[in-house]
Amino acid sequence: MIETTTLRADFPIFSRLVHGKPLVYLDSAATSQKPKAVIQALDDYYRGYNANIHRGIYTIAEEATQAYEGSRQKIAQFIGADDSATLVFTRNTTEAINLVAYTWGQQNIKAGDEIVLTEMEHHSNLIPWILLAERTGAVLKHIPFDAEGQLDMDAARSMITDRTRLVSVVHMSNVLGTINPVKELAALAHARGALILIDGAQSVPHMGLTVDELDCDFLAFSAHKMLGPTGVGALWARREILEAMPPFLGGGEMIAQVSLTHATYNDLPWKFEAGTPNIADAIAWGSAIDYLNNVGMPTIRQHEIELTEYAIERLSEETDVTLYGPHDSRKKGGVVAFNLGDVHSHDVAEVLDAEAICIRVGHHCCQPLMRKLDIAGTARASFYIYNTRDDVDQLVSSLQKVRDIFGSNGG
Amino acid sequence: MVKDLYREVILQHYQEPRNRRMLDHPDLEGSAQNPLCGDEITVFASVADDHIADAAFQARGCSISQASADMMADAIRGKSLDETLADIGRFTRMMETDESVGPDLGDLEALASVKRFPIRVKCAVMPWVTLGEAISRYRAGA
Repeated sequence: MIETTTLRADFPIFSRLVHGKPLVYLDSAATSQKPKAVIQALDDYYRGYNANIHRGIYTIAEEATQAYEGSRQKIAQFIGADDSATLVFTRNTTEAINLVAYTWGQQNIKAGDEIVLTEMEHHSNLIPWILLAERTGAVLKHIPFDAEGQLDMDAARSMITDRTRLVSVVHMSNVLGTINPVKELAALAHARGALILIDGAQSVPHMGLTVDELDCDFLAFSAHKMLGPTGVGALWARREILEAMPPFLGGGEMIAQVSLTHATYNDLPWKFEAGTPNIADAIAWGSAIDYLNNVGMPTIRQHEIELTEYAIERLSEETDVTLYGPHDSRKKGGVVAFNLGDVHSHDVAEVLDAEAICIRVGHHCCQPLMRKLDIAGTARASFYIYNTRDDVDQLVSSLQKVRDIFGSNGG
Repeated sequence: MVKDLYREVILQHYQEPRNRRMLDHPDLEGSAQNPLCGDEITVFASVADDHIADAAFQARGCSISQASADMMADAIRGKSLDETLADIGRFTRMMETDESVGPDLGDLEALASVKRFPIRVKCAVMPWVTLGEAISRYRAGA
């Protein structure tokens, strides 16, 4: 496991107290904490070379442009993309998926075409396609999952047909933690002439992966779940697809020549980056990538497997705890969804907050998934490089405080 | 501090709700969902002579929303629709402002402590707002 004592010192937030107690942060699937290097990168930009990019002739504008484009290169390399022009900055994963739906989708999806999703999608990979289907008359299909939270691949094989134009799936479920067989799904999609989009919001931060090995056509992910700042994310897509796609938002930066009635568009990736982008946050994202590379993605994955295994083991000992999702920590990300007896997850979280333990509760933006499990919501603990076995111990022992209030079998 | 939220009277209404049941022939009915947490509530009331003859609820939700719904049903039973609407107004003002609302809210005063947990205020208020809308619809249709 990672030597967390020194590593945690890199994260200023862990030096504060909440309700007089040290912070136990178990909500990195919602957003990760930020190391000093990332906070410093923001500060350096605003203090040292704050300028708009791609336009200025002067020195600090050139420094800003280089830092911004350098960051793009690091992020592209992080996902194994040699051509950094295929990495488009967006606000977040949600915007990246919407970009595809509004441009590629609008151009290529016709009435009766099918888009295949899964029953475990985050709302960010459901709603853009519902909106597209409403505009175009496309049909949405959803691959079901079993009691352990694994996709039914037989169903996938029969659902992905010649009518399928796009398969859009989450790589790692934000609730169940399931790591889906996206490579297999990519092969099924490509065999039918369809494209595949992978929602990498949870997988990119936690697993070393490359777009080649995933064999995907689109990959969407966010900075803030991987030690970077909020407000910036990315869409990666294959060059020929991006080139054929119409622009998304119109404005400055994304154009080549403009007359009053006509415009030609800029080269990739700027064709999709209208207006002044989120320069500071994109630059700081590069520092987050450096930090992750320095620790090493295989090390991070191993750390989370061990922590998840420990959490599942400890929580399984509690007879009133119900766990959701795969129980094999190698088949899932560092996410443990659970309920304590009949106690509503909000009540669990409220009591844990008094112990300075941060967990996420509710439907986790996955209402269809919750309906399928026939529950209102779950509590969820999620891990990252700074979490320790002690965090898990605190979580498990604090459940007793919930029982003290709500009774051993809950409400 | 968390004990302020989960006061005895709140837990009692949550764990042994008297009004969590169906009504056979409700005259008015309203449902709501909290999109933030997915909680659902349906409130029912039977009306006789412009008064709430009986009130009940069905819900999937947290302790605060359920306790609030249970207390509400107790509080409004026997009251006229106008008095009920006035109670709804007073309760939501108590929860959403610092305004003093008078001494006669009974058990409901316990819910005032929820104000210190701002994200839970919505849980407490949801049954009341839902009932208020149901009464408005009932009156518009009656």
